[in-house]
Amino acid sequence: MKTNKNIYLLGAALGVLAILSTLATTYLLGRTNFLGTSTTFVRAAALIERLFLGETVYESTYYSQIGLRVDWQFMLVIGITIGALISSLSNKTFKIEFIPPIWKERYGNSVAKRGLFAFIGGIFAMYGARLAGGCPSGHGISGFMQLSVSGFMALFIFFVFGALIAQIMYKKRGVKA
Amino acid sequence: MSIEQMLGLATGIVFGFIIQRGGLIRFEKQVGMLLLKDMSVLKFMLTSISVGMVGIVVLSHFNVLNLAHRPMNVGAILIGAALFGVGWALTGLCPGTSMGALGEGRFHAIFAIGGMLVGGMLFSRSFDFLQRTVLTWGNLGNIGLDDVIGVSNLIAMPFIIIGFVLLMKFFEKMGL
Repeated sequence: MKTNKNIYLLGAALGVLAILSTLATTYLLGRTNFLGTSTTFVRAAALIERLFLGETVYESTYYSQIGLRVDWQFMLVIGITIGALISSLSNKTFKIEFIPPIWKERYGNSVAKRGLFAFIGGIFAMYGARLAGGCPSGHGISGFMQLSVSGFMALFIFFVFGALIAQIMYKKRGVKA
Repeated sequence: MSIEQMLGLATGIVFGFIIQRGGLIRFEKQVGMLLLKDMSVLKFMLTSISVGMVGIVVLSHFNVLNLAHRPMNVGAILIGAALFGVGWALTGLCPGTSMGALGEGRFHAIFAIGGMLVGGMLFSRSFDFLQRTVLTWGNLGNIGLDDVIGVSNLIAMPFIIIGFVLLMKFFEKMGL
């Protein structure tokens, strides 16, 4: 596995972005926002529900609590896709892919199978992230950066359970990461 | 677009650009880390935490900004983070990276994103129940390391960074 030395440079760049972003939100918006993504998925879910169910979505305690506007974090999450698109087009790593190579090696060519596992995994991941109060960005990077006890604990458990299931799912002869 | 939305969008674009450049939003890299075979994602995270921590801790020390600790709900984090870990391994993507993966053409991320939206709907429906149960189990409040060990973050920080550097050196030595 070749190591990308730029990893450290890019990691430092994200650290600088995190600092600048907290400063910018503090001064421009009057409150400090730390990088995070997972609440946006719940907001997006609520906005989709509102299309079909109308105003009844506000009866949900949680939806009311997080507020259903397209806020700073919502735009940040959309920005991630745009940023990754710009970057991948400019360095020619953009590639249309329906099944990740490791998955194909282990579980074959069925898009439906990959889709089903990813879908179920997505449900677990989001339910768990919201229950825990954050994902690897919010708890892991932003929480740890502030020396939050919840961030330490969450990041550790994310890895322990992630590693456990990854061993069961993908560890097999000849499968290289 | 409001200033708030523009700021969020700009921050997200830079965020997405950075993680794409590192190849960090690939299923392979995420699963590689969880299999303890390729620590790129963790090295990236440890570096960004170290750099960010210096700025955040110093700025908060001089009251330029306030820390926003997320609640230390022991029961909720134990169960929630475990569920997240399981889902992370199944999808090979986390919420942020799934959006990035979509941007670089890894369209299978759509299934993960769809699942995450459904996960959010299920969470909102069980929230009242969770508030009566899991979320009351061991709620220690919004605490930081300094509240626990009684030592200023300015003093604790260098030790954490040294620990991270040693860990990353170890990964490099092992060729991870």
